[in-house]
Formats: sequence, structure tokens, C-alpha cells
Amino acid sequence: MDMFLETFFNWQIIEEAWPILWQGLQATLLLSLLVVPLGIAGGIMIAVLSTFHAPWVKWPLCVYVDTFRALPPLVLLIFIFAGLPFVGIDVGPWGAVAIGFFLNTGAYYGEILRAGIESVPRGQLEAARSTGLTRGQTMAHVVLPQAVRNVLPDLISNTLEVVKLTSIASVVALPELLFQARQAQSVTYNATPIMAAAVVYFILLWPVVRVLSRLENRQLAGRR
Amino acid sequence: MTTTPIVEARAIHKHFGHLHVLKGVDLRVAEKELVFLIGPSGSGKSTLLRCLNRLEDPSSGSVMVDGIDMLDARTDINKARQRIGMVFQSFNLYPHMTALGNVALALRKVQGMGKAEAEARAGKALDRVHLGDRADHYPLQLSGGQQQRVAIARAIALEPRVMLFDEPTSALDPELVGGVLAVMRELREDGMTMVVVSHEMGFAKAAADRVVFMADGMIVEEGNPADFFDAPKHERTRNFIRQIERH
Repeated sequence: MDMFLETFFNWQIIEEAWPILWQGLQATLLLSLLVVPLGIAGGIMIAVLSTFHAPWVKWPLCVYVDTFRALPPLVLLIFIFAGLPFVGIDVGPWGAVAIGFFLNTGAYYGEILRAGIESVPRGQLEAARSTGLTRGQTMAHVVLPQAVRNVLPDLISNTLEVVKLTSIASVVALPELLFQARQAQSVTYNATPIMAAAVVYFILLWPVVRVLSRLENRQLAGRR
Repeated sequence: MTTTPIVEARAIHKHFGHLHVLKGVDLRVAEKELVFLIGPSGSGKSTLLRCLNRLEDPSSGSVMVDGIDMLDARTDINKARQRIGMVFQSFNLYPHMTALGNVALALRKVQGMGKAEAEARAGKALDRVHLGDRADHYPLQLSGGQQQRVAIARAIALEPRVMLFDEPTSALDPELVGGVLAVMRELREDGMTMVVVSHEMGFAKAAADRVVFMADGMIVEEGNPADFFDAPKHERTRNFIRQIERH
């Protein structure tokens, strides 16, 4: 038992490793603040495009979404970071993360928002257009606000996944939280930094999880 | 009536795939006229109405509204639609906006008014449908009849030249119908040109200038309400009137 506590929950190790973990936490927060808005922007773009039924929009979009949902984000990231420089495109670690997440999480957010847009009754669109609002204005002021509200739990749920997925940024040498924790682990020969990182993730995400549960319960109640 | 019509639809055909919904319909509506479109479900009356503001694109034919060729590719359809108010069976109020917000949206975004000006205009439109005191209510906090009156306010706030009503009272509980019809009658008294698809025959008899009966995508018969209801010429019209009056 003592051995277990010493290896996994060692306070002294936490104190020693904290500066490294703190750097990692900052990087993770920064990454999240970068990739979540990027993903949502990409998602809105995809979802709005999906309302166009012309074949030359529909099919390329379908290929795009399928590709970036099927491709493991880790592979995508490595390819952008390490592969593209061979054809003269070197975007650096932050650029690679930004592009990779825009493509990958954008596709996921896009599918969620598309479902949201489809959940808005057609009459809403007709009412708006009958008053002279353009297609774009109708989307921005009438359809999207309702679409987002209808799929809010899914959007938050996906955001939780995205924040956790930022840990793959370590493969392009961005020292995010989990990467720093593993560094600390290898220096101290102790698993405590990993556990500390897990606790930090938990503290970071738990409030969001609570909000999500409440929203889900409310939606269930609303359906009754 | 010799005045140039505000609405002039000619030889309108509409196909939905294999379905031939409108088979060469002509409709002229003069200024300040209230035209009632009736007919069995599937007769094409709602589709005809929706062709007038191009919520549906006619397969062929021409539609002129207030001198504007609605089917011309060069026509700015969003500008033209401001002259044509429309009220729907299912109200279609924006649930995430207050009554005032619903009415003010197009004033701000389409007519480019500032917030204060748009809200003042919206407030006046709500007063006209007797809901000035409900401005800050959301649609879900209003009764069906009140929602439909807000929808009317949303349309008249843009000061349209003609109002289209697509079964405005069909989704309402009977006790709420009266309030909506009263507002429509006031609009009429204020000189609004109106095209109404509805089964409210009492209202048609009392307020319509002309009743148009459609069946199978064609206009079967039209006339002033007294002649139309008391002495219908066609067998189909007689059957239809008998059926609805049984209720």
C-alpha cells in the first residue's frame, strides 16, 4: 500500500514536478483556445455548405467530411507536420495543430451542426425569407441560433473530446499537459505526475461535464 | 374594377415531380380587394399563394406584383418580398426572439433601420394587432391566437402592398379564431389588399370581395360571396359548399 501511494500519489514529487506541469497546463489551455474556435468555425462552414443541394457542393463536401472523420487525427497531424515540408509547406507545430484540428474537429462539429440545422422546421426559413431576409441573413439570425440550441449537448460533448484530444499535439513537440507529465515521470521514475495531470484534466473539465448533464436532463424532461 | 391589379398571375403551372399541381391558373387582385381562395385540400390553393411571393417557383407562367415581375431573374426577390406580407398556418414565429424581436428583425436587417427605430415601428405594429403589452413575451408564452397576431404584425410592419394568408386560423383552437379574424377585418378596413386561403366561410361571406374556388389545380368558379354561396354554377362548387356547411 505504501509503495502504491509513493508511486502514484507522492506529494513531494508533485511539488517538484509542478513547474513542468504548470507549463503543460498553460499549453493545453492555449491549444484548446485555439482549436475549439477553429473547429467550430470549420463546422459552421461545413454545416452551412451542406444546406446547398447542388451536386458540385454536395459531393466534394461528403468526401471531405468522410475523409477527415475517418482519418486518425494523430496521423493527420504527423502528416501535416512532417510530411508537408517535403513539398515545401512548412507550417510549424502550431500551424500543424491549427490545420489538423480545423480539418478533423471541423468535420465533427460540422456533422453535429448539420443535424441541428435540419432540426429547424422549414417554416422558420420560409417565414424569414417571406419578409425579405436573404439566405445568409436567415441562416445567421433565424436558423443557426435555433440549430445551436437544439444540439448544444452534442456540441459541448464534442468540445470535451477535443480538449482531451489536444494531448496529441505532443507528437509535434508542443509541450502540452500530458507530454509534460510524461517528461516529469521519466525524470522522477514515478507515476505521480501522470496522476496529477489526470486530476488537473478532471478539475478543468468537470464543471463542463456537470453543465452537460444538466442540459441533457433538461432536454429529456422537455421531450416528455 | 378597372384599376391595374396589384397581383396579376397568368397561366401558372406548377409541377412537383410527376404531380401537376397547378394547371394554368390566372389570378388578378385589385387594390384593396380581399380575395378568398377556397377548395378541397390538394386543389393547389396554397401552392398558388406561395407562387405569388416565390416561396415556390412556378414551372411556367408569369407573376406581377405591384408592377414587379416576380419571375424575372433580374428582380431582387428579397426587395420584392417586402411588398408582400405572408402569414402561415403554423405561425412560424422565431422561438428564440420576443414578440418585439420577431417583428423588428426584418426592419433592422432588410430595411436597415437602427435598433431604436425598428423597435418603435415594431411596437406600433404590435399595437395594431392589440398585443402592444406582450412585446417582451416569447412565442411559447403566448396563445396560438396571440402568436398568429404577432405573425401578422411581423408582416405588416414592413408596410406591404398585399398580404397573403395561408390558412391563418386552421391551427387554432376555436375560441382563438375570432381574435385573428378581427385583426384581419381591421386590416381590410384600413384598405389592405389581401389574398386569403381559408375555410372560414363565415368570414368569407362577411368580408370577401370575391371568392375563388379551386379544384384539381384549376379555378372552377369565382364570384362575389353572395352569388357564390347562394347560387353556385358548377356541380363541384355545390358539392364543396354543401360539405363545408355541414360542419
